[in-house]
Amino acid sequence: MSQTQLTAGMGAAEMVATGISKGFGLGPLHKQVIQDCSFTLEKGKLTVLIGPSGCGKSTLVNLLAGYEHLDAGQVTLDGQNIDGPGPDRLVVFQETALFPWMTTYENVSYGPRVQRKIPQEIFNAETMKLLDMVGLKDFKDKYPSQLSGGMQRRVELVRAMINNPKVMLMDEPFRGLDAMTRALMQEYYVRLFEEHRGTNLFVTSELEEAIFLADRLIILTNRPAKVKKIIEVTLPRPRTFQMLTTPEYQECKHEALELLHEEAMKSFASGTVNAADFLEACASMGQDQPAPRKAGRDA
Amino acid sequence: MAPSSKQGNNHWVKLRKQVFRLTTFRGILSIIIFTVIWEICSWCEVPIIGNVPPPSAVLVALGKQLVSLAYWASWWNSFLRITIGFLIAQVLGIPLGLLMGVHRPTRELIYPVFEIMRPIPPLAWVPVAVIFWPTSELSIMFVTFLGAFFTVVLNIVGGATSIDTRYIRAAHSLGSSRGDIFWKIMLPATLPSIVVGMTVGMGITWAVVVAAEMISSLSGLGFLTWRAYVAGEYPLIVVGMMSIGIAGYVSSAMIRFIGGRMTPWLRTY
Repeated sequence: MSQTQLTAGMGAAEMVATGISKGFGLGPLHKQVIQDCSFTLEKGKLTVLIGPSGCGKSTLVNLLAGYEHLDAGQVTLDGQNIDGPGPDRLVVFQETALFPWMTTYENVSYGPRVQRKIPQEIFNAETMKLLDMVGLKDFKDKYPSQLSGGMQRRVELVRAMINNPKVMLMDEPFRGLDAMTRALMQEYYVRLFEEHRGTNLFVTSELEEAIFLADRLIILTNRPAKVKKIIEVTLPRPRTFQMLTTPEYQECKHEALELLHEEAMKSFASGTVNAADFLEACASMGQDQPAPRKAGRDA
Repeated sequence: MAPSSKQGNNHWVKLRKQVFRLTTFRGILSIIIFTVIWEICSWCEVPIIGNVPPPSAVLVALGKQLVSLAYWASWWNSFLRITIGFLIAQVLGIPLGLLMGVHRPTRELIYPVFEIMRPIPPLAWVPVAVIFWPTSELSIMFVTFLGAFFTVVLNIVGGATSIDTRYIRAAHSLGSSRGDIFWKIMLPATLPSIVVGMTVGMGITWAVVVAAEMISSLSGLGFLTWRAYVAGEYPLIVVGMMSIGIAGYVSSAMIRFIGGRMTPWLRTY
C-alpha cells in the first residue's frame, strides 16, 4: 500500500475552534446546543470527540464543515476563517451519504469531476488506485445499494480521501454497523490514518472505539456542549486490538469514564431520556476492569 | 471454459424455469376457467351475467373487428390522443415541477393554484375544454393532458422537496457548483418521482380519454364501445372493453420499461 499521488500530502492543516456557540429555535423554544466551545485539531493528529448521546456532537461537526452558521466564535483552518462548506474539510456522515444514482466509481470520482482542476486521466487512475487499496476494484460499477454496509463506508472514506482534504471530519461513521464489521472498519481506518497522518476528527459515543483510535480525546459536557477535558492518549502506534488489555488503556478508560459518568449523572438529574441509557451503558462498562466487552474483537 | 459454459447453461435453464413455472400455468388456467364459467352462465341465462354476451359471441365479433380497418383506426385515434396529451404533459410538467421543487419562491407562488385545481376531476373539465378549443379533437387532447399534468408536477415537487439534505451537503463539500447540484444531484434524486408520476399519469390518461371519447368524439376505442351500446351490438361492447384494457396495459408496460431504464440504481437483483 504505497502513498498515492493525490493523497501524499494529505491533511497538513491545523483547525482551531474558538468560543463557538450555536442554538436552535426561537423564543421559549430556544435550545442552546453548543456553548462557548474551544479546541484545536492538531496537525496530523487523530482527535476524537466523545460525549453523551444527544449532546450536540453532530451539530459541532456541521459547524466545522460549514453547513451551519455560528452564533458566536470562530473556526479557522490554517489561520483562515471558515465560510461555508468546501473540499478542504470533508465529512463522512453517520449514515451513508453516497449518491444512490451513481456507481462506486462515479461516487469516488465525483469530487475531482466537479472541481474540474485535475485532468480526467489522472483522477481516473487515482480512483482505481484508491478502490484497489480498499479492495473494491471489482465493485466499481455497482450501485451503493448493491454494496454491504462496510463496503459503503469504505467507498465513502475513499470518496473523501481522493480530494486530499486538509481535515477529515468523521461523524460517527461506523454507527449502525454490526459489531464484527465495526471492529474491522476501526482497524482499517486506524491503518489508513497511520499511513497518511492527516488531521482527523472522529466523533463517537463509544469510549472503547474512542481510545483505540485517538491521539487526543476531547470529552464534551452534556447539552449545552462545552469541552470538559482533553486527555492525551499515549498508547503507541501502530495500534492493535491487543492494546485494549494493557494497563495504560485501562487507566485512560477509567479517567474518561469517570468524567462521562459525571456528565450523565447531571443530565439524569435534569431528566433527559437518553441519559438513562447512557448511565446503564456506563455501569456495564465500568464493572471492574478485565478485557473489552466484545470478545470477538481480539480475534 | 468448462465452468463458464456451465454457468451460461444454468442461466438459460433458470430462464426457462421462470417462463414455464407454476405461476404462469396457474395464470393461464385462471383465465380459461373464468372464460368457461362465463360461457356456461350465458347459456343458462344466469341473472346479470346472463345478459353479457358469451365468450363465443365475443370471439366471433373480435374476429370480425380484427380484419376491419375501422377497428384499428379506433386504436390509432385513441393512442394518438394519449401520446400527444401525455407527451405535452411531460414536456411542460417536468420542467415546471423541477423549477417549483428547486426554487422556493416559484413554488410558493404557483403551488396554491395547483392545490385548488388538482382535486377537480379531469372529466369535469370537458365542458370548459369544449369551449376553449375549436375542435373536439383538441379538447379531448387537452383533457387528457390535464389528467397527466397535475399528477406529474405534484409528484416531482414532492420528490424534489424531500431530497435528503445529506446528499446536498456532501455535494457542496465535494466542491459542486450550483449547476452540478442541479444536474448531478437534484435531477437524478427526483427521477424516481418523475417515473412514478409518469406511471400514475398514464393510468389516469386512459381513464380520461375513454370517457371523453364517449362524451364528445366520433372515433377512438371509447367511441367504439359507446357506439356498440347504442347500436345494440353487445358482443362488440365487450371487444371494446377488452381492447381498452389491453391498450392500458401495453402503455403502462412501456412506461415501466422506460422508467426502469431511467433509474437503473433502483433495480433489484
